[in-house]
Amino acid sequence: MSMSYPEIVKNGLWNNNQALVALLGLCPLLAVSNTLVNGLGLGLATTLVLILSNGTISFIRNWVRQEVRLPVFVLVIASFVTAVELAMNAWFHDLHKILGIFIPLIVTNCTIVGRAEAFASRNPVPQSMIDGLSMGAGFTLVLMTLGGLREFIGQGTILSGIHLMFGEAAMSLSFSMGDDFHGLILAILPPGAFFGLGLLIALKQIIDKRNAQRAAATDSQPASEPATAEG
Amino acid sequence: MVKMNRNIFISAAILGVFGILGSALVAVTWNATAERIALNQQQAFLRNVFKLIKRDEIDNEPLKDVISIHAPALAKNGVRVYRARRQGQPVAVIFSPIQAPGYASPITMMVAVRADGVLGGVRVLSHLETPGLGDKIEESRSDWILGFEGKSLQNPPPEKWKVRKDGGVFDQFTGATITPRSIVATVKKTLEYFEKEKERLFKQPTEPTTEAPFH
Repeated sequence: MSMSYPEIVKNGLWNNNQALVALLGLCPLLAVSNTLVNGLGLGLATTLVLILSNGTISFIRNWVRQEVRLPVFVLVIASFVTAVELAMNAWFHDLHKILGIFIPLIVTNCTIVGRAEAFASRNPVPQSMIDGLSMGAGFTLVLMTLGGLREFIGQGTILSGIHLMFGEAAMSLSFSMGDDFHGLILAILPPGAFFGLGLLIALKQIIDKRNAQRAAATDSQPASEPATAEG
Repeated sequence: MVKMNRNIFISAAILGVFGILGSALVAVTWNATAERIALNQQQAFLRNVFKLIKRDEIDNEPLKDVISIHAPALAKNGVRVYRARRQGQPVAVIFSPIQAPGYASPITMMVAVRADGVLGGVRVLSHLETPGLGDKIEESRSDWILGFEGKSLQNPPPEKWKVRKDGGVFDQFTGATITPRSIVATVKKTLEYFEKEKERLFKQPTEPTTEAPFH
């Protein structure tokens, strides 16, 4: 019944990606994806909460009764989110200021209670924590891609504000097209987030379809090339 | 019936235990971070202050030399006035937070006025103006906000305290006039308030305060 680790990871990053397939956590996804660094910051905070909450909920899954499980999940998640928020305020103060309300709002990210209910409450602790890590990483990657796209199209920069996370030394990593760059402001505004997410979902569908066709093509002639069935 | 009561009790107990554990986690984290967070906020605030008034110009601690004023024209709630002095002599005051009515919602600013009524400078602390248009008021996006440094009610004269479009000396942005117009008007009001109240602003004794003054 319980899944293998590679399967869990693949599910989180691709097959059941919370942002592109489950379409959960849209509120933070759309609101904070205006730059790559903001996306990375919120993504990491979400991932940390997912790992902690999945681990804890899996650990207590045999003691918590069915009827009170949801309130207990929410309590566990809210406690971890508050702790992570305080920690970010203490150690990443400037980033915390930019992400603002979206860190406490991680509590309402459906991905977290969704994984608690669908996975952590039915699987052992190690698997649940890996599930949290993979789902969080999948969410973070989408946030970063969307953030990078919107930032580049909208203001002609990549990794602007990176020093907020990694200190002044990281400043040289950021790239700018210069002050003369007239970006498409739409990309930075909320509609840009919807367009960007739509494009990413479409891209994933195309890739999935291609892969399915290729698999079907190899399946139809198994006799000639039996070796390709491997891997 | 007895069984049902028992079930309710057990469920409530489980929920209660997790409530206590969760609160404990939050309490411990708060305890471990509170001091650092307060320090961060102070430093972030002081970094802004020392962009407007040079650190070596003053020898007191403005964060501890502060009064609250009620000035509805400058901000809906109270405004704090931090006094900067050198050997007891007034050097400047920093008004924070000043609110200018923005295009979307109030723009929160910090305004430093020197004792002679000349602006030490203005910085925007937070705003919700349109990205790409109104957000040029941020120091990191354009030099516009730096233009206030050295201005006073005599320079330019009061009737020129407007954006160019309205016959004044301050630039507006392409596609966003409301934002700069509002900031110019509010900075002017702050200067007028200072002109009228400066005696009191420097003399009024410091009020000890416990609430977090930073924005």
